[in-house]
Amino acid sequence: MVESRAVRIALRVVSVFVMTFLYLPLVILAIYAFNPSRLLVWPPTGFTLGWFAEAANNPAISVAVVNSLIVGALATVLALILGTLAAIAVHRYSFFGRQTISFFLVLPIALPGVVTGIALRTSFVTFGIDFGLFTIVVGHATFCVVIVYNNVVARLRRLPRSPEEASADLGADMWTTFRRITFPGLGTALLSGGLLAFALSFDEIIVTNFTAGAGTQTIPMWILAAIQRPTELPVVNVVALVLVTFSIIPVYLAQRISGGAAAGVSR
Amino acid sequence: MTPEASRPPTRGEASSAVAAVRLEGLVKRFGDAGTGAGAGTGAGDTSGSASADTVLAVAGIDLDIADGEFFSMLGPSGSGKTTTLRMIAGFELPTAGRILLHGEDVTDRPPFERDVNTVFQDYALFPHMSVADNVAYGLVVRKVPGPERQARVADALRMVRLEGYDRRRPGQLSGGQRQRVALARALVNRPRVLLLDEPLGALDLKLREEMQIELKAIQQAVGITFVYVTHDQQEALTMSDRLAVFNRGRIEQVGTPADVYERPATRFVAGFVGTSNLLSGETARAIVGGSGTFTVRPEKIRLAEPDSQPAPDEASAMGTIREVVYLGPDTRYIVALDAGGELVVTQQNIATSSMEALSAKGRTVRLTWKRQHNLPVGEE
Ligand SMILES: Nc1ncnc2c1ncn2[C@@H]1O[C@H](COP(=O)(O)OP(=O)(O)O)[C@@H](O)[C@H]1O
Ligand SMILES: [Mg+2]
Repeated sequence: MVESRAVRIALRVVSVFVMTFLYLPLVILAIYAFNPSRLLVWPPTGFTLGWFAEAANNPAISVAVVNSLIVGALATVLALILGTLAAIAVHRYSFFGRQTISFFLVLPIALPGVVTGIALRTSFVTFGIDFGLFTIVVGHATFCVVIVYNNVVARLRRLPRSPEEASADLGADMWTTFRRITFPGLGTALLSGGLLAFALSFDEIIVTNFTAGAGTQTIPMWILAAIQRPTELPVVNVVALVLVTFSIIPVYLAQRISGGAAAGVSR
Repeated sequence: MTPEASRPPTRGEASSAVAAVRLEGLVKRFGDAGTGAGAGTGAGDTSGSASADTVLAVAGIDLDIADGEFFSMLGPSGSGKTTTLRMIAGFELPTAGRILLHGEDVTDRPPFERDVNTVFQDYALFPHMSVADNVAYGLVVRKVPGPERQARVADALRMVRLEGYDRRRPGQLSGGQRQRVALARALVNRPRVLLLDEPLGALDLKLREEMQIELKAIQQAVGITFVYVTHDQQEALTMSDRLAVFNRGRIEQVGTPADVYERPATRFVAGFVGTSNLLSGETARAIVGGSGTFTVRPEKIRLAEPDSQPAPDEASAMGTIREVVYLGPDTRYIVALDAGGELVVTQQNIATSSMEALSAKGRTVRLTWKRQHNLPVGEE
């Protein structure tokens, strides 16, 4: 499409504005992470790595980080298994209520987190399940499953059906066909879905608050608690900066993968 | 149970008695509840109550295909050929009827428990595997030991003339080469029946003609029953031992190519196989002297001077050349008959030049042909 010069300039201005809007807060956060003052004062009074040392020596932070990693990993694995199975069932087989199931699978992502949270909390209490990492994992799985499900369903729609039929034709039973033909075709969809699910789980706070119970803290919960204490603000900035840095990696990978996969299909 | 184990030790010993493929009252209706194998149709309605939404793709087929036969299913697009083939392979469950392979009822068996292999129209190669791994797939999943497997894969690749391509990916092959891989991947399993769905449809004309000859040679070399789906009458006539002409989910005629071409059972067959030269009603009575519908193949008709006398064993009709189409080796004349209707006449350009042929337009001619070439056509 050919745009006029004015439109092109306008688009450029808008994108610069959007980028500023998105990234300026992160830049400010980064500056404060290296600012020696314990309070938020502008302009910065110098440069220090001291807050990094303080963060590293805070056991609550490392426990919370480890908790978040465990929860993210478990929720992702659970979502990969359940989301893939659900996607295959909904895509491949027409059965009574197929559309309904598809609708209810996607619904949790639209439900307010507080609703999901309170519903889960009530259920856990009802069934006498102790709050802890397990309950957080279950809570996170509700939306992680959707992410994986959506990714896999989208891929299944694009994959031709005939290689699977060829596999069955050549004597492979359903499991062998899945393992050798379908699964390799889903590979990148699973990877990008998994990365996205992990990223969502890692910074989730609302459902987490409802399902965590008293003794367990994830890193977003720690941050939320820490900003109530003004003296910990610089450490919060450091933790946030590190999280930003690390969350760039999965997002970048997910983008690369889905971009690469699209190129592979069009070939 | 593997199909290998169920196979009798000497192949084809009962071939004269038991059909390789037998279809009994086969029916397939799409859109009924519980039969939706077709993914991606997007139709959410699975209640199946509305029979208006259903498609009767195969409307009752009875057929015996003999062991070792090259059998074609010929018909226009949408006539139910693919659906029939997919039911034989096991990808679709029939709505009614039975499928027997070598006397064994396989109607309810999944594809992986049937001793047939398929060459798909889009080849359906595994994109993430090399050519050799594609071909070896059937042997791997059936746990054929390594050394035998390698020997058979090498044999199969040699048969389709793809030695040296074993490490390539399907994406790095031409259309014709992919087609050969698909063929090798099916043949390597030594199925008793090979199903082919328009396997040459995606190839250009020259390659297609080469592959027709090659496929026929391979079929004769391996002695496997081929069930070959095509909409190309030329292809069906040149390659087949016998063929079935499909129309709207039914078989109109089964026979040898000569049977079908020279003695079309129905008006549809006469029209679909070869050029439709139909004489019916008053025209038929005037020219042939009998009631009913007749067909005359274009190459059987001779163009003669208007005042010439036909021989006693010849039928004849007067007409005017309405159109001349120069085809290189042949010329096609479309002649408007004085008795009504039209006949297409093809003449070899043995002594005529294109100029002479084209100048015939508008001329009055007498058409003559041997009465034995008046072929009565059954009315449906
Ligand atoms: N999965 C399906 N769902 C619904 N209708 C189908 C499906 N497959 C084929 N049909 C219909 O069945 C009829 C026969 O199709 P097909 O067997 O593919 O014909 P052919 O191979 O002779 O072209 C067509 O009208 C087609 O639209
Ligand atoms: Mg077809």
